[in-house]
Order: sequence, then C-alpha cells, then structure tokens
Amino acid sequence: MKKVICFTAVALLLVSTLVGCQKGNRAVATDGSTSMSKVIGTLGEVFESNTGITVTYNATGSGAGIQAVEEGRCDIGLSSRGLKDSEKAKGLEETVLALDGIAIIVNSQNSIKDLTLDTVSKVYTGEIKNWNEVGGSEGEIVLIGREAGSGTRDGFESITDTKDKCVYRQELTSTGDVITTVASNPNAIGYASLASVKETVKALSINGITPSEETVKDGSYVVQRPFVLVTKKGTPLSENAQKFFDYITSKEASEVISRSGAVPIK
Amino acid sequence: MKKKRLFEDAVHGIFLLLGLVTVGCVLIMTVYLILSGIPAIKEIGLFHFLFGKEWASTASEPQYGILPFILTSIYGTAGAILVGVPIGFFTAVFLSKIAGKTIRTAIETAVNLLAGIPSVVYGLVGMFVLVPGIRKLFNIPDGASLLAAIIVLAIMILPSIIKVSVTALDAVPREYEDASLALGATPIETYFKVSVPAAKSGIAAAVVLGVGRAIGEAMAVMMVAGNVANMPSLFQSVRFLTTAVASEMAYSSPGSLQQNALFSIALVLFLFIMLLNATLNFFLKRKKEN
Repeated sequence: MKKVICFTAVALLLVSTLVGCQKGNRAVATDGSTSMSKVIGTLGEVFESNTGITVTYNATGSGAGIQAVEEGRCDIGLSSRGLKDSEKAKGLEETVLALDGIAIIVNSQNSIKDLTLDTVSKVYTGEIKNWNEVGGSEGEIVLIGREAGSGTRDGFESITDTKDKCVYRQELTSTGDVITTVASNPNAIGYASLASVKETVKALSINGITPSEETVKDGSYVVQRPFVLVTKKGTPLSENAQKFFDYITSKEASEVISRSGAVPIK
Repeated sequence: MKKKRLFEDAVHGIFLLLGLVTVGCVLIMTVYLILSGIPAIKEIGLFHFLFGKEWASTASEPQYGILPFILTSIYGTAGAILVGVPIGFFTAVFLSKIAGKTIRTAIETAVNLLAGIPSVVYGLVGMFVLVPGIRKLFNIPDGASLLAAIIVLAIMILPSIIKVSVTALDAVPREYEDASLALGATPIETYFKVSVPAAKSGIAAAVVLGVGRAIGEAMAVMMVAGNVANMPSLFQSVRFLTTAVASEMAYSSPGSLQQNALFSIALVLFLFIMLLNATLNFFLKRKKEN
C-alpha cells in the first residue's frame, strides 16, 4: 500500500514537474533531500491549496539539492544536514526549517534503558554483539534497519558515523515494519522517526537524554538532524518562491510540520 | 443479409482489437524492460553484475553484484518445491482417486480458499507467527530467514500444484485403472503405477506452474525474509530478485545507476520467468501430443 502511494506520489510529481514547466516561472521548484519528502510534500500541498501556486519537489538527495541551488536549477534547495563551510563559501545560505529526531528503539522486555551514542555505533557496526556487554541480559543483539536509500537510515548512519558499516540482520522497507519487528523480538534494536514511535516498543535515552519534541528542540537529544532550506545569498527568490519560503518559515506552518513528523523550531 | 454481415465483421474487429491489447501490453513491457535494463548492465559489466557477490547500491563506492539475489531466488524456489510438491502431489492423488465425495468437496473448497488469499496476508501471518516461531524453535537470534520464506512460498504454491495435478489425474481414462485392477494389482499400486505415469506431463506442468509462482512472489517474501543482501543460507536474512527491486525502487532517484540496476534485476527475473514459461509450454505441448 505504501509503495503504491509512493509510486503515485512520484507519478504525480513527474506530472507536476511538466505542468510547472508549462507555466514558466509560476511554480516553485525545490530539489534535494529524500528525507524531507514528507515535510515538503505536506507543506507544498497546503500552500498550493491556499494560494494556487504549484510547488515541485525533486527527490535527489541533499548533496544534489545543494548543487542544484548553486547552479540555479531550482528555487530552494533541501538538505537534511547543515551546510559545510566550503558550501557556505560559495555564497549559499541556510535556514533551518525543522528538526528531525530519530528514536533508537528496543523491545519493551529489554532491561536496557540508556545507551551512549558511541555504544549505539559499536552495536550497529557489530563490535558489540551481545546485550550482556552493555549491561543487559544474555542474548545476541538483532540489528533492524531500513533499506538503502531511506532517509531515516541515511540520517541514523550519518549521526552515529556508521555509514556503509552497519551489519543489519533485517532491512525493512517501512517505519511500521521496523517497529513491529522490534516489538516481536526481545533482542532486537532498531531506529525510527521519533514521531512514529508507539508504546509497543521502548525508545532508549541516548547519553541520558530521553527523546522527545522538547529535547530535540533544545538540542540535548543528539540523534537528530536539521532540515535545512538552502538559498543563494544576494540572489532574490522569484515572487512565488519568496511567498512559499515565507510561509514555510512562518509560525503558522509549524502545525503542518509537526503533522508530517518533524519537529518545528518555532 | 448484408447488414448482418457488417455486424459480424464489426464484432470480429472489436474482439481482435481487444486481443491485441494483451499482445500490445506484453510487447510494450518487454521492450521497455530491455531498453531500461541494458544501460546499467553495460555500465557495470555483465560478468560483474551477474556474478558479483556484493550489493551496496548507496555506499560511497557502490557495488552492484546480484549473485546473492539470483542464488537466493533459486534456493528459495527449490526449497519451496521440495516442501510443497510432495504435499501437493499426494494430496492430489488422494483427492482424485481415494477420497470420498464429501471429503473431496471439503478439501477442494479449502484449497480454493488458499488460492484466493492475497499474498500480503501470507506475509503478515508469516511475520507475526512464522518468524517468531522459527526464532524460538531453532533458538536463533532472529527468525526472518530463507527458511521462513521457503515455508511461506511452499504454502502459496500448494493450490496451483494440487489443482492442476487433480485435473490431470481425473483425466486418466477409467479403462487403464480397470485393466490394472483386473490383473490383480491393488488400488494403491494402480494409482501410483498406472494413473500417475499416465498423468505425468500434467503433474510436471503443475510443478513448473508452482515454480513460476514462487519465483515471482515479492510481497510475502519481503515481509519474512529480512531483505539483507547476504549470500543465501537457511537461517540467514536474505534478499530475493523480486524483493531487491521492490525494496529499493521507492527511494531510488530517477535515472541514477541504482535505479537502472534495479531495472536490470527486473530484466534478469523476466528472463528467468520466460524460461519457465517455455518449459511449461513444452510440457503442455507434449501432453497434447500424447
């Protein structure tokens, strides 16, 4: 079902790209991070129904999005990481739109309540293999992750610095599957977007901080990343793009942002 | 008279057009799949693609070897056949030759129901019952494995195997069996030495049909196999050709090598299934000639 929705969404996006071309400068073009598809999609929909201005979104990845802004191929670039100094030096500007918290979840029978970020990396790279090495009861740790290309996986792996090094036992294709699997296996550990974690599993506190909207917002919960809007310094946005930019960074967009699973900063 | 003729021709034309829709769909899909599957194979190299042991499509140094998927699909299908065919075959013999009318109706209804269950339901039951069950039974850390996929597939192919085999066994002329019984053979001897050999091409077709269903299944398998691109082993998490395409397609960016490689996997799967269909046709043709 989710796949079907995805495909339909992609098809719609492709169509809307074409429509955008025909209308010339009317549509607002965004390009970048796949993790932001839900946030930007929801914001775009609400904006379009309010103003009638189309917002297009190309899911190419943060790096490609930043490059697209630099080359002037889109109005607003989307990045799920902060800009590097080298990128800022090229005249790019970042505006944080929202924050995304990733919860590390274990089975509710698991006695572990807290891990350090470093331990989480060691667990996911296979350096720590048994729960008793981190103070739990005997049992081989079962690593549950997401499929390659998933924004949550990309976020988790870059924050824990385990990119391409995770030795997964299962790679599942949706947040729901991860939660279900962790809930049914007492030795499992997984990660999921904070907003979608339910009571069937236990979200671990990291470095002693419990994940919540507040701890993500004040920065004390570390497994989080910013959703950043990238624009070119000194180059004014088109009229429509400016309207969209103003809307999504305004306070009234906060409710829409939290509805789409991210943590608004306003 | 002439009006009637015109009407006949018109209807004829419409039906021809409808028939061509099917042919057109097959042609379009084949051409599309070949066109979109070739570029990645060219870029990666046929040998590296088919026999590479590592798949890491989004790594900083991407690897596109699909040998683990090919072997998993072959092992998984073979396993499902190994488990499913004996059960299906003996059930078919029982239904066609031994069972009374009431029992036959009851079992056939159950088989038909089994055929009608959507694959996602098989996957769901597998995920909630089979996977934890395997974990506890074999005392392994996680139950999502090739074994779980084999069991799910074996159950899924049962209906096609049973139904086609029963049809083949029912078609064996009554005289063959009567002659065997008159010569003093017991009923069981008759069924296995006369009826089954007489129906063997039909039963072979049933097996090939089962293979086709097993190799093409994606949804149920995706939910129980774990989807990690490991080389296949019974208790390891594995990824099939079908699930390799399904799990990564949603996030792959259009035109990237990753997405093209997924099309190439689909092309390989398509060729596998074409080969199976050719085998099936071969058996069915032989049956007709007999």
